[in-house]
Amino acid sequence: MADASDAKGLSRAALLGLMAAREAVAQADFQSAGLRTGLLSGTTAEALRNVEIYLKDFLSNDSRNEFIESQDWGHSTRFIAETLGIRGYRTTINTACSSAANAIMNGARMIRHNLLDRVLAGGTDALGKTMLNGFHALMIVDPEACKPFDARRRGLNLGEGAAFLVLESEAALGEREPLCELTGYGNANDAYHLTALSPDGEGAAAAMQNVLQTAGLQPQDIDYINAHGTGTENNDLSEALGLRKVFGENIPLFSSTKPFTGHTLGSSGALEAVFAVLALQHGLAFPNLHFENAMPETLLEPVTVLQQGINIRHVLSNSLGFGGNNTSLIFSKTGA
Amino acid sequence: MIYINGIAQISPQQPDAAVRRETFLTEVRRCRTNMLQCVEPDYAAYFHVNALRRMGRVLKLGWAAAKNCLDDAGLVRPDVICVGTGRGCYKDTQKFMFSVDENNEQFVPPSPFIQSAHSSIAAQIAIQTGCKSYNMTYTHRAFSFESALLDAMMHLKEDQQKKVLLGGVDEISENMFKSFERIGHYKSPDTDSLGLLSSTTPGTIAGEGSVFFLVGSRPAEKSYAAIRAMDTFSETRSGEEVKSRIEIFLREAGLAITDLDLVVQGLNGDAAFDRIYHELMQSVFAGLPQAGYKHLCGEYHTSTAFALWLSALVLHHRAVPRVIRLNPLPVQRFENVLIYNHYRNENHSLILVSAPVSR
Repeated sequence: MADASDAKGLSRAALLGLMAAREAVAQADFQSAGLRTGLLSGTTAEALRNVEIYLKDFLSNDSRNEFIESQDWGHSTRFIAETLGIRGYRTTINTACSSAANAIMNGARMIRHNLLDRVLAGGTDALGKTMLNGFHALMIVDPEACKPFDARRRGLNLGEGAAFLVLESEAALGEREPLCELTGYGNANDAYHLTALSPDGEGAAAAMQNVLQTAGLQPQDIDYINAHGTGTENNDLSEALGLRKVFGENIPLFSSTKPFTGHTLGSSGALEAVFAVLALQHGLAFPNLHFENAMPETLLEPVTVLQQGINIRHVLSNSLGFGGNNTSLIFSKTGA
Repeated sequence: MIYINGIAQISPQQPDAAVRRETFLTEVRRCRTNMLQCVEPDYAAYFHVNALRRMGRVLKLGWAAAKNCLDDAGLVRPDVICVGTGRGCYKDTQKFMFSVDENNEQFVPPSPFIQSAHSSIAAQIAIQTGCKSYNMTYTHRAFSFESALLDAMMHLKEDQQKKVLLGGVDEISENMFKSFERIGHYKSPDTDSLGLLSSTTPGTIAGEGSVFFLVGSRPAEKSYAAIRAMDTFSETRSGEEVKSRIEIFLREAGLAITDLDLVVQGLNGDAAFDRIYHELMQSVFAGLPQAGYKHLCGEYHTSTAFALWLSALVLHHRAVPRVIRLNPLPVQRFENVLIYNHYRNENHSLILVSAPVSR
């Protein structure tokens, strides 16, 4: 934890983010000397929570002045970078629910362009009543446990959390053994609606086709897909149609892990990237909780029971966001 | 090196402020309210009437400038969209927050929420142009535009054929102004914006703008300028550190200080923070023609997009408007302009802009 004095005026997202970032940095056990280290983080609700609580004070009295500067989407990124002593490039991405996936993608691009040697990439978001009421107003919150890809799905459950990954170039890695490789990234836009995804799954399909292309892989190479699978009518149908477009009849093992975590919005792509790494490391495919009946439009059936001891070489992770912003990542076993 | 082949701005200055060399910022708008607001176009020319009614102001600012920029470049659909915005759609989000409280969290109208994500600015442009490829939104205070620029530069390295629409968009929110005024970020006594750069009181004035560039890896018939290099650095400990970053930046770009024809700095009239600029004017930039720009657009997170617009037009017209000059040294050549900005000593950025072809 940060010292109490450092924690003054912070957002909850900043504190969650620091916990996760610190764990990632400790696990990577890297030496700082001479390497260009950056921080890219994704967040979407970051600034809102303190504002929900203190806005009236901000506008009428001095009692909560320490929180005024936390009305900002770069707040947590700055705090994490300064606390961990990351002095290189830093930035924040807000593309709604694909924010963290985009932070990971662009961290990797910066390494590929030789602009950085190592990147702490991920995202953080905290629950608040703005997001809860917003999704309620759109009538896409399931009052009970969400059931992604189910014919009778009624919406999402909100969650919160943070996750970070340490990405390193081969040179920065040196003799150390990596957990896995990030082999592909793809981004595409639906250009359809400010919140809804295109009903035919075109954007999701384009992101998945792009990621396969950058990874140099064929659809049959993918062993497990961690779907975006929010549990909303629109997302799951669009994503499932996208999966059919790309994978045809040979759909790999797939599931949404959001029933375990809730939809953590801006950070979901990072949480699910961590699940992808765990799937590769331990040969796992995670169950899609609460699934009962396949959607009639696609008849797709996700994994419903934890699969263990299977050979997972390549995991594809989808993040589909408001604004039609779709991003797919592929994580692969080292050398696979 | 990337080329600016289309350009457009909606800012507190007139839309035609730089169209002709003879009238390049000869007439300038000012304010005495500590908030410099944009001169907005008639949006009916940009949207269907039905869409317009529900649309948040920042989305209108974003698309109108983006459309003007595409028109300027003679392009309908870009290949890539990269946008930087510090505050994004925060004003609409606050509208939604108030509505949540007013309605006791029951039956809250969703429209302002639909427009609350920062990425809806770039998404709106994607919808209007049918651009279904890469679409990105950065939001990191005064690195927001710089991050989008860096992304654009990477795209043009990855694929030289691409045409990237790059923008910096931010709007003033009265609530934001009130709260940040409380902690001294803005001046309290009403100030004439045109006197901002010589102000000695604490705080600055708020600004806004929507500035777009169409950038490519090759010059077009009408290239305004080229962006040679960009760098960012954070939380400096001393003026010496800033100086050394600038020297390293120029060395890596293959230039000496004396190769610079004009330096455009981000002075904002906040005495505490302008100290860094004044130090540089006396040291590393001594003897060079100097300019400032925030008296024309106010302080906001993506103000460097306005500075880049200004610098590109200086090179294009081969003229420096008197209103931006900070010293009387004559500008001898129009080859290289360096933009240096810092936001509260937290976000520092350098953008090196050059004439598109050697003249």
